[in-house]
Amino acid sequence: MSASTETIERFTEKGYEAGFVTNIEEDRVEPGLNEDVIRFISAKKNEPEWLLEWRLEAYRNWLNMPEPDWQYVHYDPIDFQSISYYAAPKRDEDRPQSLDDIDPEIRETYNKLGIPLHEQEMLAGVAVDAVFDSVSVATSYKDRLAEQGIVFCSMSEAVQEHPELVRKYLGTVIPQNDNYFAALNSAVFTDGSFVYIPKGVRCPMELSTYFRINAANTGQFERTLIIAEDSSYVSYLEGCTAPMRDENQLHAAVVELVALDNAEIKYSTVQNWYPGDAQGKGGIYNFVTKRGLAAGDNSKISWTQVETGSAITWKYPSVVMRGDNSVGEFYSVAVTRLRQQADTGTKMIHLGKNTRSTIVSKGISAQEGQQVYRGLVRIAPTAENARNYSQCDSMLMGSECGAHTFPYLDVNNTTAQLEHEATTSKIGEDQILYCLSRGIAEEDAVSLIVNGFCKEVFRELPMEFAVEAQKLLEITLEDSVG
Amino acid sequence: MALLEIRNLHVNVEGAEILKGLDLTIEPGKVHAIMGPNGGGKSTLAKALVGDDAYEITQGEVLFNGQDLLEMDPEERAREGVFLGFQYPVEIPGVSNTYFLKAAVNAIRKHHGQDEIDAMEFLELVRERARRVKLDEGLLQRPVNEGFSGGEKKRNEIFHMSVLEPSLGILDETDSGLDIDALRTVSEGVNAMRADDRSFLVITHYQRLLDYIVPDVVHVLMDGRIVKTGGKELAHELERQGYEGFEDNAA
Repeated sequence: MSASTETIERFTEKGYEAGFVTNIEEDRVEPGLNEDVIRFISAKKNEPEWLLEWRLEAYRNWLNMPEPDWQYVHYDPIDFQSISYYAAPKRDEDRPQSLDDIDPEIRETYNKLGIPLHEQEMLAGVAVDAVFDSVSVATSYKDRLAEQGIVFCSMSEAVQEHPELVRKYLGTVIPQNDNYFAALNSAVFTDGSFVYIPKGVRCPMELSTYFRINAANTGQFERTLIIAEDSSYVSYLEGCTAPMRDENQLHAAVVELVALDNAEIKYSTVQNWYPGDAQGKGGIYNFVTKRGLAAGDNSKISWTQVETGSAITWKYPSVVMRGDNSVGEFYSVAVTRLRQQADTGTKMIHLGKNTRSTIVSKGISAQEGQQVYRGLVRIAPTAENARNYSQCDSMLMGSECGAHTFPYLDVNNTTAQLEHEATTSKIGEDQILYCLSRGIAEEDAVSLIVNGFCKEVFRELPMEFAVEAQKLLEITLEDSVG
Repeated sequence: MALLEIRNLHVNVEGAEILKGLDLTIEPGKVHAIMGPNGGGKSTLAKALVGDDAYEITQGEVLFNGQDLLEMDPEERAREGVFLGFQYPVEIPGVSNTYFLKAAVNAIRKHHGQDEIDAMEFLELVRERARRVKLDEGLLQRPVNEGFSGGEKKRNEIFHMSVLEPSLGILDETDSGLDIDALRTVSEGVNAMRADDRSFLVITHYQRLLDYIVPDVVHVLMDGRIVKTGGKELAHELERQGYEGFEDNAA
């Protein structure tokens, strides 16, 4: 075995550093899914009648939908009746009003993750809406944002306080029956984030949510909705990490973004859920539907993601460019190692005139990781002069891993211009030797090469997040070249 | 004490023996040239000296400043002062040339118990050295070797060497692919670095390079061994006669 192969293996064998469990008394329903459970969730959240009906409709649709099987991943069938669909930290009514009120144990959890809330609040000026299990337990900076008319709260809160906005936009980008997992989410979603940026307002800070799945066997069904009114701007950060568990945990989130005329939404994700062990045991199933509607003229929606976790990822953050001159972007770094499987990519749907989209996807596979890039670029007949640039690069570390690229094009307007570039490279022993021969240590060489490979994506992330993402990648791949 | 002392070095590549008992001693401050036909083992010697693990040492020893070089990891050899200018420098996309060199300089400094180099000081250093080898300053911020022409890549190797200031510079066919102007600049870069405490091992096919980098000693490497050693005039002799006639010595 060569020295670099050893280094790679050392890196990838590293245990999951965020693996620990917090004990909090939970308020949860027995496993199983039926209309009563949905009524329980809705009642628990004191929801209006229309929302209960909406959930039930989604559930009835879901019952008649087949589970998708076209994706390039393999897993044992999910027993949806063995999942508990609701878990909330106790004392739902007296939720903490400030970070000081947060359960010390939860704060300790964040401290272990190296993301202490109070430090973030003070140092980074980030407003944090922490989703712990299914209910938000911390919302900060709300007052400051409220001064400008910005709403940043949990979805449950939004349902109570801004029902007209929720009703107007919920399900408009991703319909209830869009796909199997979106329908499931629509039926049982428990919480998530809600953001509303009024006309002409530029959100003065990055909005951030840290997700954390904590209850064993509890499916997580987050629902996030972000609305940017005319000429507004918001940057939203989503970062996640989960404690080590043996059971597979299903996560089926839905994220909807709406950008009106001249508005811009930037949505960044760093995802580090438990990937399972070297034998493929445990780990999160991450079946997420994310879509943005660039509804207005000159609007822009940009997705940036760094995905290192989960046993199985099924995720295609997409943009529908309905407004003329609207822009869609997708920048992604995905890492699969151990026995992780990822089928991920994007859809860029061009409807308006002069719409432009950019796709930059960087896939890194190590050990026995399997990765698929699946992307669709659709140019509708109405999309005069649409442009797309796609770049899909794969890097392989070792000989047991795999990378596959499935780009789909559907062009219905002859004025469209599309460019596609794809490369597959093996992180070279020669690249590593070159670094070594200049005195650079092997681990530093790997991180240098990988970070270089991902640079075009990292530079799209907000500063602090980029640093975090680089660190995460370094830790993840610390021992993975071959 | 010799800077480099190679005794009875045997090296296998993919099971085949390429170096078959090579002896070579380089004194401080000297420039040695190694010439010889393709497949004779020139590049194998270079790769074995920097510690490429595709090259398996089966016998022999190598002392560098009196220390066992073969016991050291590749990065340690570099930090101790061994530099290889690659025949085919690789590209490292997304990693700027300057950033890369800074990582190298600091790794070497750390090894010698020194603090990290000051950012401004480093910037001045790379600019000065880039000028010395006439490396386009634009290439400092570009990713390492990415999109560089063949000549630029070779020039970049000499540039790296002049920043890292090794005590032994091994140049593996640095002249191949260079036009005459580039050859002259690269040679000037090397000559400017010649010093009493620095030696060079110049591997080349052509005598032409040795008109610019004038060697103290010339060796002929054939079939895994040094078959002849002489002064700079040996290079001219080889240019006229070719390698025929040396074969008997090698057998």
